[in-house]
Amino acid sequence: MKKAIIAGTISLFSLPIFGQGQQTFGGQLHGNFQLDGQLYLRDENIDPSGEFYPDERFLGQGYANFIYSDGNFSSGLRYENYQNVMLGFPEGYRGEGITYRYLQFKQDGLDITVGNFYEQFGTGMVFRSYEERGLGYDNAMDGVRLKVSPVSGLNIKAVMGRQRFYFQKSPGVLRGLDAEYNLASELLPKLDSAGLRWTLGASFMSKYQRANDPFLNLPENVATAGARTQLSKGPFAFQAEFAYKANDPSADNGNIYKDGNGFLATLSYSKNGLGLIAGIKRIDNMSFRSDRNGSTIDMLVNYLSPTAQVHTYALPALYQYATQINGEEGVQLEANYKFKRKSLLGGKYGTLVSLNYSVIQSINKDFVNTNMDTLRVLQGYYSDPLIRGTIPYYHDWNFTVSKKINRRLKVNAMYINLFYNRSVLESGLGDESIQANPDDQQVMNGDIFILESLFKVKRKHYLRTEFQHLSTEGDRGSMAMALAEYSIAPHWFFSVQDIYNYGNADESQRLHYPLASVVYTAGTSRFQLSYGRQQRGIFCVGGVCRVVPPSNGISFSLTSSF
Amino acid sequence: MKPLLTAFAILGFLQINAQSLPSTTLRTIDGQSINITDALSKEGPTVISFWATWCKPCIKELTAFMDYAIDLEEELGAKVLAVSIDDSRNSARVAPMVQGQGWEYTVLLDENQDLKRNLGIVNVPFTLVLNKKGEVVWKHSGYSPGDEENLAEVVEEVAAGREPSH
Repeated sequence: MKKAIIAGTISLFSLPIFGQGQQTFGGQLHGNFQLDGQLYLRDENIDPSGEFYPDERFLGQGYANFIYSDGNFSSGLRYENYQNVMLGFPEGYRGEGITYRYLQFKQDGLDITVGNFYEQFGTGMVFRSYEERGLGYDNAMDGVRLKVSPVSGLNIKAVMGRQRFYFQKSPGVLRGLDAEYNLASELLPKLDSAGLRWTLGASFMSKYQRANDPFLNLPENVATAGARTQLSKGPFAFQAEFAYKANDPSADNGNIYKDGNGFLATLSYSKNGLGLIAGIKRIDNMSFRSDRNGSTIDMLVNYLSPTAQVHTYALPALYQYATQINGEEGVQLEANYKFKRKSLLGGKYGTLVSLNYSVIQSINKDFVNTNMDTLRVLQGYYSDPLIRGTIPYYHDWNFTVSKKINRRLKVNAMYINLFYNRSVLESGLGDESIQANPDDQQVMNGDIFILESLFKVKRKHYLRTEFQHLSTEGDRGSMAMALAEYSIAPHWFFSVQDIYNYGNADESQRLHYPLASVVYTAGTSRFQLSYGRQQRGIFCVGGVCRVVPPSNGISFSLTSSF
Repeated sequence: MKPLLTAFAILGFLQINAQSLPSTTLRTIDGQSINITDALSKEGPTVISFWATWCKPCIKELTAFMDYAIDLEEELGAKVLAVSIDDSRNSARVAPMVQGQGWEYTVLLDENQDLKRNLGIVNVPFTLVLNKKGEVVWKHSGYSPGDEENLAEVVEEVAAGREPSH
């Protein structure tokens, strides 16, 4: 095996010699490196029993990517190392190895990749393979990808392979096809001259996984298909996608034989300092993994994007929305406007305002009962898309004003009203048990105020401060936070912050969570050293979340790219 | 460990020329395909700023740099490309955000993050400065307040044909 890898690696980097003739090594090499480590300190206040305190005391992990490209040829590899994986990351990352390597070349209108690749069809409801290293998410494909454009305006992608499962591969095999056609510019040039852009797309993905369940007759081949369109004219843009999934009993859906579907549509308007977006979404039983027994963030084939705003301020980020792949429906409205400079509300420098409203709830589910005949019981539930679901999952109503006061001072003020159903989003309770006992739901409903200011001390010296306050009766109760950052461009950055959980119903948990950091940046290398206490919480990127345990310690992070 | 060492040894022998951009196809906001190498300024330096609608430091950087960009574009023939790495779901949010922030940059979409990956970029924000010949002469990752002043100085130096001093 080792020999094969060495030989593979050598041929990987020597290919351009043969492919490009005389132009030996005329290409470019890019790459990056990241190393993280933390020394954990025992903190009996946040972790009385020591259940989260790691045996190793020090945990560290790192990776490096190398990508070599020369004209139509490109190749790359990534080495990863977890000694051992840090708290909060999936524990499947254990050990070290080359987890990603590929060769890609473009020839005669074909774009061919062998080895690992990331790809997505449409918005991802049918297929999306991607990585989010900060989250520990990586469902890279290992197989073959072909992209071809047989006629101008038509793009076809075909993929085949298996997905990454930490240092292994998923048991299921994926085969997929996607086609996208730009109608306006190619087929109907009249539309193009009228300023109309119109794209149609269709995708198909099939999973094969062997089944030998003693009780259930499980489908070994599961297909999903999707259709989408994108239209734009002037300031208006519209996009919509519909996806259907054949029955796929899985650990996610409780082994029911119901088929799944999903719908997503967005309408937007952008002109003269005004940006408006309205979106709707409904998904029903759309969990799709290349292992029917998979859970958490493992081996997801598709991607169901959240229709909620992603908050970056610390307090609202404690309660981030996680997409409910078994079913949810929601709307999102967003408006951004810039009042022009020298107008009444714009003042000397202009004023930015933004409004966001998103609400997400369960879909209508009429659960079957075990007295019905077997075929109906296997359906699990019936859902009417015209009837609203009854369980509120999440809502977020927020308003922001950003203003430059004078040459030295900028301020940003934000108000957020947040509703977060902890039973669903943290405990993962199913709709059936909540519908049976609706009074047992644990929720967090709170108001958050944030005031941020940026003050220019002198040339290249800036002071940034944040004050945040969350008032709530739910979960951990009210919290206040203050932060100060001082930056000296382009190298130094110092930050101190404290979150005080003064409103916790449990008096022993009315704790301070201080954190101090120093960052040194030189070009594309960045070194960060931090010391402090971390609250338990969930960490999410794009609606995909993982739970982070409480911790206390000294951490460092080094990133570099070339 | 052995294959890794072999890989590093081979990399060591390569005469690395990390100067120009790898040819990569991006999309414009209205859905047209464009190669990044065709989007660069022909008259002066090009600034490429990688960002995303969910990345607050990115938005701060682009907003703060707007004050400088207008002058650099007019006086030095520079061009600023704001390359969004939002996926195709979030890319619907790009145009409204650009309008709502009052940015006047050329905005391009790197939906499958191909360009980001080809350039070995870990996180956004990430900023590159290219000279008139299309060679990458300066790179910076992350953003803290004041970096925009530094970036403007770098662009001026590059336009004058000098090596960026920091």
